[in-house]
Amino acid sequence: MSKLENLKQSLAEAMSIDKFTFSHAFGDDVIEVPKQDIIPVLRHLKDGRRFDFLMDVCGVDYPKRSRRFDVVYHLFSSKDASRLRIKCQLGEGEEIVSATSVWQGADWFEREAYDMFGIVFSGHPNLRKILTHHQFVGHPLRKDYEADAQQHCTSVLPIHFQNEPGVDGSVLNDKYVALNIGPSHPAMHGTLRLMLELDGETIVRANPEIGYLHRCFEKMAETHPYNQVIPYTDRLNYCSAPMNNIGYCKAVERLLGVEIPPKAQAMRVVLAELSRVIDHIIAVGTGGVDLGALSAFFHLFTYREKVYTLFEKLCGSRLTVAMTRVGGMAQDVPDGWWDDVLIFCREMREEIDEISRLMLDNKIFIKRTEGVCPVTATEAVQWGYTGPLLRACGVNLDLRKSSPYYGYDALNFDVPVGTKGDIYDRYLVRVEEMKQSIRIVEQICKNPPGGDFTIRDKGIVLPEKKDVYGNIEGLMNHFMLVIKGLRPPAGEVYDATEAANGELGFYLISDGSANPYRLKVRPPCFAIYQSFPSVVKGSMIADAIATVASMNLIAGELDR
Amino acid sequence: MNSADATADSSTTALATQSIDDMSRSYALTTRLDDLVAWGRKNSLWPMPYGTACCGIELMSVMGPRYDLARFGAEVVRFSPRQADLLIVAGTITEKMAPVLVRIYEQMLEPKYVLSMGACASSGGFYRAYHVLQGADKVIPVDVYVPGCPPTPEAVLDGIMALQRMIATHQPRPWKDKWKSPYEQA
Repeated sequence: MSKLENLKQSLAEAMSIDKFTFSHAFGDDVIEVPKQDIIPVLRHLKDGRRFDFLMDVCGVDYPKRSRRFDVVYHLFSSKDASRLRIKCQLGEGEEIVSATSVWQGADWFEREAYDMFGIVFSGHPNLRKILTHHQFVGHPLRKDYEADAQQHCTSVLPIHFQNEPGVDGSVLNDKYVALNIGPSHPAMHGTLRLMLELDGETIVRANPEIGYLHRCFEKMAETHPYNQVIPYTDRLNYCSAPMNNIGYCKAVERLLGVEIPPKAQAMRVVLAELSRVIDHIIAVGTGGVDLGALSAFFHLFTYREKVYTLFEKLCGSRLTVAMTRVGGMAQDVPDGWWDDVLIFCREMREEIDEISRLMLDNKIFIKRTEGVCPVTATEAVQWGYTGPLLRACGVNLDLRKSSPYYGYDALNFDVPVGTKGDIYDRYLVRVEEMKQSIRIVEQICKNPPGGDFTIRDKGIVLPEKKDVYGNIEGLMNHFMLVIKGLRPPAGEVYDATEAANGELGFYLISDGSANPYRLKVRPPCFAIYQSFPSVVKGSMIADAIATVASMNLIAGELDR
Repeated sequence: MNSADATADSSTTALATQSIDDMSRSYALTTRLDDLVAWGRKNSLWPMPYGTACCGIELMSVMGPRYDLARFGAEVVRFSPRQADLLIVAGTITEKMAPVLVRIYEQMLEPKYVLSMGACASSGGFYRAYHVLQGADKVIPVDVYVPGCPPTPEAVLDGIMALQRMIATHQPRPWKDKWKSPYEQA
């Protein structure tokens, strides 16, 4: 019996499922339920231990439909790595019950859906705008909102906090000192804003304000053809840009139903793992800087530059490579590149040991991080933590192992897991992951697969330049693909990869046209950062800074 | 006349004064005061990195070991606008961020310069979008624009050198002189 049949049976035993629709398309299980049943269904699936993660909540707008909105929930089970999509239809002006009572982690996702679509979640304690500024009128991801209709912001939102039962968040307590940090503050990485209420140095209340780098990625994706979205994905998590390219292209390829050739897979894995290394370099390096350890940053940046040089050799670009294309890679590996990567791997191994000695064995660093603001495994799962932060809490979940793609199952590597979930464990996990990534890269580079670097489907990939200029067929294929665009079949997929910060999910809806109908990104640090107020409550300001640093918040993917 | 001889000859003080006068004449350089000040300014630009996005990461490379902005006298990164001369706007400025940027700029002391790093800070870049300010120069006066998405560190160094030339040659900056805060009540 299929997984979906199982679910159907179990749901039928618990409630009436006459109005539910069960379907399976593009490898995803989907259940459509009426809006009044959503909370019982979610609760049933969670309490029955079928799904432990709520990965994403988002809205979709179909203005021509009588009930124009879809509220979409993506569930994930860490036991068997299965996924489920639950959809609810909602008319304009209607309300849906908030899922925060079932999963705390629904908090910011619902706020985002409210901000972007105007979907009202009743029972949500803090249904405020989250990404757009406070003077913004309207809901930008609705189809009737023009992509370039800018609205100017003339003032800064005053300090406020989140509502708690019986406490209005916008009222400040006279007994305590209110402190604003950021967004332009070195420890806030340029774009985060923290509002704290302090009793001496102890944090009573904390509230992060995000959206200072909301660049409208999702709206831009809806207004650009599939391949032109790739450069935008680069700028999600710009510390490890290739990983976003890969995640996006993998989703589109699944919708198209194409498998990329082994060489493209190998190139993507090498790019992804090198990106993981440089992403962790940023996390560890700037994490050190935030705690006052500048030397590690200079050490590590030498090696980040070396990876940039490798990227530059591969495609001409340093940071935002945009190297993948739907169907494969943009071009082949230059001669000797695999060997260059191997040389880098050797150097990087030594550097990782050096960094372990410099930072992880440093008494001051240990004192600042060990046992500070720990998160338990249960809390982490509740909030939707993924990636190194989840593993630091002791949960062994890595998509490269649990649902392998691109031949990760054939590669030898270990998944480091922490025990305490404190800040020190997060750095331990990150440094060990760098070692494991180097291991993966070495395995591939020692024996790189041959063959083509892209599929040659005329409806998906542009022909080579020599064909475009050399023969009429190539010219016609080129012309047709450019004029008509890449058109995946109508349908939707949710596809996730293990990015440096955790699960990077792309929920892609196609209506058969040349642009995505909707592209929702599930950024890993968005789910992580929403736990911040409860994680730092009762600790010192300095610990809050250390926590922000250890979460490795990349504003590009946080705010999109 | 040798100066050592002159100081040794203590009996004739008048002669010694004369010799020191001669010595200083052979070593001193004459300049205008404002040239000297400009020379000092251009070689000690203390940047305030306003890194908001991808360009901020490339700016780290500019500061980092390989490209080393210190060679241009600009390594003293100040996160307090009151101690900085050069505001490097590195990254997309959103509508939400604009009031913050203006406030930071206003807090900087004279003389102050602005370098806009990258396509987003210069014009909004490829984000012609509802929440992105179409260039930092919509709210603050920009002296140097560095193109690129993100610009290479070499390009940023070139931008800094262009700014140094501007300072050295006392280039007039009407965009700055005419600037008014966009949020001031008229």
